[in-house]
Amino acid sequence: MSEQITMEKSLRDWASRVKAGQVGALPAILGLLVLCIVFGSLSSVFLTPGNFANLLTQAAAVTVIAMGLVFVLLLGEIDLSAGYAAGVCGAILVIMITEMDYAWYIALPASILAGVVLGAFIGYLVAQLRIPSFVVTLATFLAFQGLLLLLVSEGGTIRIEDATILAVQNKNLSVSASWIFFFLTAGAYVLSGLWKFARRRKAGLVDNLFKFWLIKTAILVSLGGLATFALTVERSNNPDLVSLRGIPYVVPVILVLLVGATFVLSRTSFGLHLYAVGGNAEAARRAGINVKMVRISAFMICSGFAAVAGMIFVSRANSISPTTGGSSTLLYAVGAAVIGGTSLFGGKGKVSDAILGGLVVAVIDNGMALLGYPAGIKFMVTGGVLLISASIDAFSRRGSTAT
Amino acid sequence: MATPILSLRQVNKSFGPVHVLKDVNFDAYAGKVTALVGDNGAGKSTLIKCIAGIYTPETGEFIFEGNKVTIAGPRDATALGIEIVYQDLALCDNLDIVHNMFLGREEKSGITLNESHMESLAKKTLDGLSVRTVKSIRQKVASLSGGQRQTVAIARAVLWNSKVVILDEPTAALGVAQTEQVLKLVRQLADNGLAVIVISHNLNDVFQVADNIAAMYLGTMAAQVEKDSVSPSDVVKLITTGKSDVTSGAKK
Repeated sequence: MSEQITMEKSLRDWASRVKAGQVGALPAILGLLVLCIVFGSLSSVFLTPGNFANLLTQAAAVTVIAMGLVFVLLLGEIDLSAGYAAGVCGAILVIMITEMDYAWYIALPASILAGVVLGAFIGYLVAQLRIPSFVVTLATFLAFQGLLLLLVSEGGTIRIEDATILAVQNKNLSVSASWIFFFLTAGAYVLSGLWKFARRRKAGLVDNLFKFWLIKTAILVSLGGLATFALTVERSNNPDLVSLRGIPYVVPVILVLLVGATFVLSRTSFGLHLYAVGGNAEAARRAGINVKMVRISAFMICSGFAAVAGMIFVSRANSISPTTGGSSTLLYAVGAAVIGGTSLFGGKGKVSDAILGGLVVAVIDNGMALLGYPAGIKFMVTGGVLLISASIDAFSRRGSTAT
Repeated sequence: MATPILSLRQVNKSFGPVHVLKDVNFDAYAGKVTALVGDNGAGKSTLIKCIAGIYTPETGEFIFEGNKVTIAGPRDATALGIEIVYQDLALCDNLDIVHNMFLGREEKSGITLNESHMESLAKKTLDGLSVRTVKSIRQKVASLSGGQRQTVAIARAVLWNSKVVILDEPTAALGVAQTEQVLKLVRQLADNGLAVIVISHNLNDVFQVADNIAAMYLGTMAAQVEKDSVSPSDVVKLITTGKSDVTSGAKK
């Protein structure tokens, strides 16, 4: 009886939050669902396990850039050069491995460090000199493009043959490892949630969101199970020759980044300070927060993520070229973050949003290609979706400050 | 009168050639509300900024709980237990009430935020202030009314066992009902034993809530008197001319 009431209350709380403009990830989830139904019914290939695995590897690099961008967008800033930062760091990785014979476990941290240094440079200009990040990163966008061109040399590509780096986008966990991975992840997710509620109960704080959390967790875990199942189905055209089963390695890579970034944003004081600076920088400053350091760190994290994305690009293409991370990469990444529910006005967003948005962008890309639409239409549709998300963002902002 | 918890003696502050505070004396008492009144440019804001450590006066003495102290920066003031609530409140709309109250001074266990501890402390503080108007302390500040925001800002100031709380125009932007609510809260603070300093332009508010009125006039302290010894017209006279029959009669 009383449980019924708390359930109703939590649903009502949630409904009022949606009405007040705190829609969060809801539009992206609905959009993803609609897109999957539409493409699934129009194309016989879209919902096959093979295409699903393909979709994940296609989405990976842009999603990782978008995850890093969330940190910068939270401050109400932007990093237009993240795409080419990925390219530059990818080039450093490839050159160190192919031309200088370093092992991947030295080259990869070095390239990430290079990304962090690039981010520190941008962050310094933005935070210390207060040049608008749009202008700074427009300049670095050009500069990094030039740097990439110099590193790779015009017209050339540099191949990479390191097995570990290539495995990220081209190899899969074995079927048993896939299931172990799924159960470990799901178990950790459920346990950490239960632990949080237990702690709150111990501290004597009431909670009416527990049932809500149960439903959400049940949905997430079953979706995860379904995805794992789909990925463990044989998807090779010729299984006798080469078997293609299991979760692509890039999925656990992204998951580790997601868990790490979410932990930082939601559980540490640095994360709270990021939201605070994005919400009201002056209030944050008066509260004793080192606003400059927060700003610089956000750009460092963003470019660090871009470096990881550079590795994923390199792994997928087996090489680095002067256009890696260029063309529509950055725009897709910003689009992914915003479509997922991160606000361009700062102060609102989560790293998991970027993954949702990255999936939406990739589904449009992949689905429309399967249906045979030309690239022009694809760009226009993606642009339209981005516009819709930005309007939802602007709209919800107005709704939430109406008081 | 009892000994003040905070006393300023002969405080002088200039900005370049402009002498903003001239030999100002000021007292605040624990358990009392001291209203600081004065026309625009009389030096009220400069005075409280000196108390909060944002400005450092050139000369003058600060006596806090009977000891001479120097306040060289906001951190010194905070360390003494002096908190200031600015007129624009300085809240982050996108954070919830608990996070706003603890912003910059989060409770941690290891490297993670101790959310449940912060939530209980915040709840205890709000309960101690008899605040019952907020629905949930986990709601975002953006969804609060002006009076509720003021409440959150004040609660943040008293969270740290502070001894002196300075409120800059706490009712300036509020409607009638919300003003009432905030004034009640100001009274509650004093009844809880804090020394409360309120800057206000609204003499109705001042006479409703203050025990003690300090009137400034062109950078000088025209008078600091007990509320019961003056009438609103005396205070208006103090604010506009720096003199009043009451004070000139009482002092000399």
